[in-house]
Amino acid sequence: MEPKKTALFDVHQKLAKKIVEFGGYLMPVQYSSIIQEHKRVRSTVGMFDVSHMGEFIFKGQNALDFLNEMTINDVSKLVDYQAQYSAMCYDHGGIVDDLLVYRFPDYFMMVVNASNTEKDWDWLSEHRRDGVEMENVSDSITLLAVQGKKSSAALQKLTALDLSLIKFYHFAEAKLTDVPMTISHTGYTGEPGFELYFDQKYSLKVWDAVMDAGREFDIEPIGLGARDTLRLEMKYCLYGNDIDETTNPLEAGLGWITKLRKGDFVGRGTLLRVKEEGVRRKLIGFKMNERAFPRHGYKIFKGGGEIGRVTSGTVSPMLNTGIGMGYVPAAFSAVGTSIEIGIRGELKRAAVCETPFYHPEA
Amino acid sequence: MEIPEDLLYTEEHEWVYIEGDVGIIGITDYAQAELGDVVFVELPHVGDHIQQMEPFGSIEAVKTVSDLFAPVSGEVIEVNTNLENNPQLINQDPYGEGWIIKVKLSNMKQTEELITADDYHNLIE
Repeated sequence: MEPKKTALFDVHQKLAKKIVEFGGYLMPVQYSSIIQEHKRVRSTVGMFDVSHMGEFIFKGQNALDFLNEMTINDVSKLVDYQAQYSAMCYDHGGIVDDLLVYRFPDYFMMVVNASNTEKDWDWLSEHRRDGVEMENVSDSITLLAVQGKKSSAALQKLTALDLSLIKFYHFAEAKLTDVPMTISHTGYTGEPGFELYFDQKYSLKVWDAVMDAGREFDIEPIGLGARDTLRLEMKYCLYGNDIDETTNPLEAGLGWITKLRKGDFVGRGTLLRVKEEGVRRKLIGFKMNERAFPRHGYKIFKGGGEIGRVTSGTVSPMLNTGIGMGYVPAAFSAVGTSIEIGIRGELKRAAVCETPFYHPEA
Repeated sequence: MEIPEDLLYTEEHEWVYIEGDVGIIGITDYAQAELGDVVFVELPHVGDHIQQMEPFGSIEAVKTVSDLFAPVSGEVIEVNTNLENNPQLINQDPYGEGWIIKVKLSNMKQTEELITADDYHNLIE
């Protein structure tokens, strides 16, 4: 299938050094350099085009109940203009996708991973019931993430709305550079920041306005490469790497969004049993004790025996050391446990560590 | 994309500058751009013997790792120790400060198997 392009593709083609296909879209991986872009977001502000993400709208009298049945977090706890990190599971407890649920006064929005948009839509459609209307608006929405300590200062110049009034994981509907949009205090970097959802026809106007407003803070466009290293430093899961249909949310460290007592939902039976029996393996974060870098798929060893696989790994631009995530038996998951990573035919020393790997400065 | 005329190249994106029986080896501008930020270079030791078109080390970038292939066989007579603390020299100056090793060639005829700047240009186009 021909890869899709976001509304800002021409901008990326002009500015980005490298463009690859990701989640069915041609996306910028890198503009200046991954490390420079990473540090830009950690120091001031950067902007990501993440319009490849999927957005679904749910309306109707049963929308709330339906979403509560399909997702593992408790949607009934949301107040208007609040967002929630959540996931959908299969009956066997494996993860369909991780996602965000937004509660608007008259409807809900679900934001899903680009690579899963079609699968999620089909999964939800199969389970849809009376009193729920679903709409896939993915192709009509542009999503820009503006992330970093100076994101608020930059965006504030463009809107009459007082951005400091939007609490973390809340959002507002307002005009920014005269474009009506959803301004969400969320992100995937660990830094303060906003995600802007709006009609794709305004893409260039908003992109240019934010770049202008951020100029005094040296704003830069940020590619998927730095998006990955930024989320990894926070130990945020990436679907397809750290979580998928073979992993359950409890072993993935997502127990905090798994509300087993909220009532029935798809996967609850299995997850209850897993919880009772205790998870057999856990998603750990580890740091290398040698100058070596873990990568997705590398084997994890303990005393020479294989105990798991690296799900994500990189060099941490802030710590300048190899960091990674992976599943190991619960017995080896305690912080401080010495492990080894099989890197190109050699065992390299590492240790299970506290996460997030990096703590953004206040 | 810079491709100096006075160097010889491999299809694996290494270059070698031949001066007498000594070869200075590095990776090309194209290779460093493809790799992105270099964060670590695994170097051989002085005195090691390397074999033409076999790996003599590796280069780690943020997103990926890649083998370094020897353009020629020979004995390593010097390694660029600056790369230990400044691996990004490879990104900044791949044909200069970012050189990787110097070798004493064991077989001068091997240079005939390398490709010219023109050929390399055609390869990456």
